[in-house]
Amino acid sequence: MNFDRIKEKLEILADAAKYDVSCASSGSTRKNKNKGLGNSSGMGICHSYTEDGRCVSLLKILLTNHCIFDCAYCVTRKSNDIKRAAFKVQEVVDLTIQFYRRNYIEGLFLSSGIFKNPDTTMERLVQVAKKLREEENFNGYIHLKSIPGASDELMREAGLYADRLSVNIEIPTEQGLKQLAPDKNREDFIKPMRKVKQEIQLYRSEKKKFRHTPVYAPAGQSTQMIIGATGESDAQIMYTSAYFYKQFRMKRVYYSGYIPISYDPRLPMIGTEVPMMRENRLYQTDWLLRFYGFDIRELLNKEHPNLDMDIDPKLSWALRNLSFFPIDINTADKQWLARIPGVGMKSVHKILTGRKHQTIRWHDLQKMGIAMNRAKYFIHCPGTPYDFKDRTSSQIKGLILGHTTSKYHKTYNGQLNLFENATTSLTLSS
Amino acid sequence: MLLKYDFTFEGLLTAVFMMYDEKIKDLQLLRPEQSQPSLFSDMEYIITDDSKASRVWKGIAKKGGVRTQQLLYRVFLSELPQMEALILSFLRVFFQTQGTVVKNPAHPLTSKLLEIQKMIGREKHRMDAFVRFMQTKEGWYVATIAPDFNVLPLNVTHFKNRYADQHWLLYDVKRNYGFFYDQEKVQEVQLALESTAPLTHHIKTFCLSEEETRFQELWKLYFDSTNITSRKNMKLHLQHVPKRYWKYLTEKQPILKK
Ligand code: SF4
Repeated sequence: MNFDRIKEKLEILADAAKYDVSCASSGSTRKNKNKGLGNSSGMGICHSYTEDGRCVSLLKILLTNHCIFDCAYCVTRKSNDIKRAAFKVQEVVDLTIQFYRRNYIEGLFLSSGIFKNPDTTMERLVQVAKKLREEENFNGYIHLKSIPGASDELMREAGLYADRLSVNIEIPTEQGLKQLAPDKNREDFIKPMRKVKQEIQLYRSEKKKFRHTPVYAPAGQSTQMIIGATGESDAQIMYTSAYFYKQFRMKRVYYSGYIPISYDPRLPMIGTEVPMMRENRLYQTDWLLRFYGFDIRELLNKEHPNLDMDIDPKLSWALRNLSFFPIDINTADKQWLARIPGVGMKSVHKILTGRKHQTIRWHDLQKMGIAMNRAKYFIHCPGTPYDFKDRTSSQIKGLILGHTTSKYHKTYNGQLNLFENATTSLTLSS
Repeated sequence: MLLKYDFTFEGLLTAVFMMYDEKIKDLQLLRPEQSQPSLFSDMEYIITDDSKASRVWKGIAKKGGVRTQQLLYRVFLSELPQMEALILSFLRVFFQTQGTVVKNPAHPLTSKLLEIQKMIGREKHRMDAFVRFMQTKEGWYVATIAPDFNVLPLNVTHFKNRYADQHWLLYDVKRNYGFFYDQEKVQEVQLALESTAPLTHHIKTFCLSEEETRFQELWKLYFDSTNITSRKNMKLHLQHVPKRYWKYLTEKQPILKK
């Protein structure tokens, strides 16, 4: 191994890959086969954390940052004047194995700029995964990027070696995409996604008939959207997200606050703050959709196209729908308990088990990990010291905010100003 | 009654056996290194007896299942000063209540045990994550580490399943013992060091394979390159990777130049 050369490549190709926020290594169980190397245990392990607090569990690199496309939001774009590099297939295999053996990582997340054409690129990615599985008997985690426009045959093969496949939508709206990535069209993303979804479904049904059906992408598909690059509204982002969850059975949609990397006038200026608070609110909304039984139309709609930055989306929904409250802790069914601000799903389950044995009283709730400073305005339960008189939403909001200080205070103020103009005039798509 | 035991889990179980067999009411245990109040200069030692220990162990399983066994073992590994007293009081109630106490998480003893078990679980997972192997000249993979609690016995299965095709040594430098896997079986080992230098230093200076430091450099480089400076959040970072673990993390070492 030529270490100096590898070092140079690694620096360039890790740096270029870091904007993809997904680093999950969970959702797959692969046993160690025939005394080979590695396994995936379902949970995934974070071996380290970057200084920005993100989990490091995979070797996340590009195979190459040569690219024939010119997507404005991407550091790798053709017109950007940067150092380019390309790993050989064997080099990626060796790095992965060497890092894995030292317990640095759970596996590999391999993406790439598009060189020559989508199929040549995808083929090279598949080669890496195939070598790892077949020559190295590697059972760790592999996440491959599906290259937009890659053929069905290659996508089929990719899933035989990879645990997860992902295509990033990056830009939430079609107009945005046209503007910023003129060489790309939505159909190119959709094609590999659709193929992977079909293969996963096929695998599930075949598996029932034949025990030895080869596993196909056991950790499913994910995608990512860049937030705040095109002045899109939160509604546009989350409707797109809901659509992808539903249509393509995505395991995860990731939201990545745009990090300014260019002076392109179509994009936020370099030095603009990364919209971390907004990113956080979007993730909360995503959770409400996936685990709390909310419909996206309840959370974001024409009257309310953007999430509040100062309060969480569930509280925001509750304040807009005060007529549903108070909710009786001892009689309400699960889906209603889940809608109480300050009550997480864990607490919902504690309430459900607890009330089988006895009536739940105020002081019981305090022990269940519920954020009472928010919940108390929305519940009914014996022993409550809070007297439920008619208060308006803004009164309640004022009371709650008086008691909580957000760690993001500084950030979201700046951000709100930035998007004030951009978001008011947008309509909902999809 | 104050008795000394050898600070092994079997020793502790033997003590439990004696507590019942000899009807000792107020049994208190001391560890070998604990100095004894001079009053009891001729203090008795408990002689660890595997067959007695195993009878207690089975008794625990019968009334509380594997989960109770696991719970107690993990609490033992915590090495907390009050650990013996806690386990003894718990077992008294446990046998009195035919094991039901373990199902009541609100009981003060059970809740204390569960709390400790949680801490141990967390530390175990940290070790799964933070162990960093270094390759030696023989092609073995060696890691030194100093967990807050004595959790390495809990990590063995994970490492055995994952690194089935390499020799490895996991060594606890704080407690001076470790586990060695030779691609067949795992053995508990203790190293006799000739030099007086700390083990980690000794390994880094004399034992590493030629390529080892190069891979360490590559990893460190990767770690730095994957960071996004404009998102820096040291508070969150330290919450995930407390400083006391840094000395065992390759990515947190100064670059080694040969
Ligand atoms: S195709 Fe991918 S790598 Fe190439 S410029 Fe567009 S986003 Fe970047």
